[in-house]
Amino acid sequence: MTGTGPSAPSTGRSERDGVSPEEAAAVGHRSPPRFLRVAEYHARLYRRVWRGTLVSTILGPILYLVAMGVGVGTLIDDSPTADLGVPYVQFVAPGMMAAAAMQTAVAQSLYPVLASVKWIRTAYGLIATPLRPIDIAIGLQAWLVVQLLAAATVFLAVAGVAGAVRSPLAVLAPFAAALGGLAYSAGGAAWAVSRESEQSFQPILRLGILPSFLLSGTFFPVSQLPAALEALAVVTPLWHSVSLVRGLTAGTLGGAAAAGHVAVLVAYVAVGLAAGARAYERRLHP
Amino acid sequence: MADDEGRPEPVVRATGLGKRYGDFTAVDGIDFEIRPGEAFGFLGPNGAGKSSTMRMVGCVSPRTAGHLEVFGLDPSVDGSTIRARLGVVPQDDTLDIGLNVRENLIVYARFFGIARAEAARRADELLDFIQLGDRARDPVEPLSGGMKRRLTIARALVNRPDLVLLDEPTTGLDPQARHLLWERLYRLKQRGATLVLTTHYMDEAEQLCDRLVIMDGGRIADEGSPRQLIERHCPRDVVELRFTDGDRLAEAATTMAGAGHHIEPLPDRLLVYADDGERVVDQVEAVGVHPTGSLVRRSTLEDVFLRLTGRSLVEA
Repeated sequence: MTGTGPSAPSTGRSERDGVSPEEAAAVGHRSPPRFLRVAEYHARLYRRVWRGTLVSTILGPILYLVAMGVGVGTLIDDSPTADLGVPYVQFVAPGMMAAAAMQTAVAQSLYPVLASVKWIRTAYGLIATPLRPIDIAIGLQAWLVVQLLAAATVFLAVAGVAGAVRSPLAVLAPFAAALGGLAYSAGGAAWAVSRESEQSFQPILRLGILPSFLLSGTFFPVSQLPAALEALAVVTPLWHSVSLVRGLTAGTLGGAAAAGHVAVLVAYVAVGLAAGARAYERRLHP
Repeated sequence: MADDEGRPEPVVRATGLGKRYGDFTAVDGIDFEIRPGEAFGFLGPNGAGKSSTMRMVGCVSPRTAGHLEVFGLDPSVDGSTIRARLGVVPQDDTLDIGLNVRENLIVYARFFGIARAEAARRADELLDFIQLGDRARDPVEPLSGGMKRRLTIARALVNRPDLVLLDEPTTGLDPQARHLLWERLYRLKQRGATLVLTTHYMDEAEQLCDRLVIMDGGRIADEGSPRQLIERHCPRDVVELRFTDGDRLAEAATTMAGAGHHIEPLPDRLLVYADDGERVVDQVEAVGVHPTGSLVRRSTLEDVFLRLTGRSLVEA
């Protein structure tokens, strides 16, 4: 391996472990994998700001649940033409859980990622250590999984109290919501890390995320949409995670459908991570 | 490890090292060796290729030409292992403003896989070393530029590096802060660390560097100790003759032709490079040139630098 070409980025090959044997012996412990060191760093940063995030990640979705599930739900459930087959709160709660995960994932992967390589440039401190760009990419996503799981679990408990949960399978719902969030954050981080400005973020949020939030089966079945919009809605990761979460909280999820939704979401995550591996390498090891 | 003549193996060895970004060649095939325990400097104007070279040595930028070894390893294969033994002080502070002073050090130690208790111990030790012990729990943002720089240096030492890379360590600092930093760096060197630094302060290079290279346009213009470089490129003295009138300056330049080794006219003064500056001053009087002021001084690295890299401005 000569490494003399620009076409030989160092992601593909495995840099050997970043701690010399002497170092490991000197500090007398086994070091955690490198991406977990990054996740730990994010957790430590989060300790400073977690109160501020409660409103957006937990309280907001719960307010929606109350307003939609209880408020609007009362009108819908009383309507003779409603044909959801379940009380509206049971329909909308899983939708909110998945949508909240999407929103948290997007919020954590656009501005903060660009900030780390452009404005506060903290990522350049990280790469001067044994950490590789790929560790920084994966470490953030690993931390987001923890954060998304925690938020969805709190939401699930509240939804349970509100009578929105019908099946014990619901314990799996936070995992489905987190996977759905990851489908956004993996690609979102890959996009953000390769940007020079935040210019594209508002259009993404307004023209991509907001319509998804409203139209991907969160508040009403996508079958209510015009055919063209429905076709668009069912390719969004959100529609797949909403369907998955809803199937789990209602206990109506079939094996084939579950496998299909998971496969689509995993594909989104895989593409996002692959793009991220490349984008982080280009940005941080130019 | 040592070579056949018993010299220790170099810490860094580069041959034909190059870096291209698209069509732009930042580093154009340079050769150098850095030996253990020495302080080695890269000098050069903006855009000379110093920082690109530092990034390649720091294993955060793959080379596009030539050969590079750090600790005898290839950065493109063993980058992570090499970085575990490096301390890097980047040009801009990248401290985490979301964390306090001490946490910045602990978090950084954790990136190297250092256990929590040991990380905390090293953080306290380093805070003493950089004289910021009393600011341990303070946020980073209100610290002065010099304090942030010291903290960045402490952070780079948290893994007890064998090689410390400093990219313009004192740019933007006041003289007090610079001298404190120099003193800390000197102590590091005495403890056996190898230091590599870039700077465009010539006094800094003279103070800190055992050996240095002067870079220009991606190439190495010359290499040696500060003293060797001065002796090689400049006579002992420089006489500065000041004039308020440009015509009289031009006239004097003609009259003085042949004095000293070399005369360099600048807009407001003539520089005469000579082995004996006092004699030049006497000659000036003798030929009837009357500058508004004259000054004899020793040649410095700055004179060498300007001769090798020119006086025209390079906009980075």
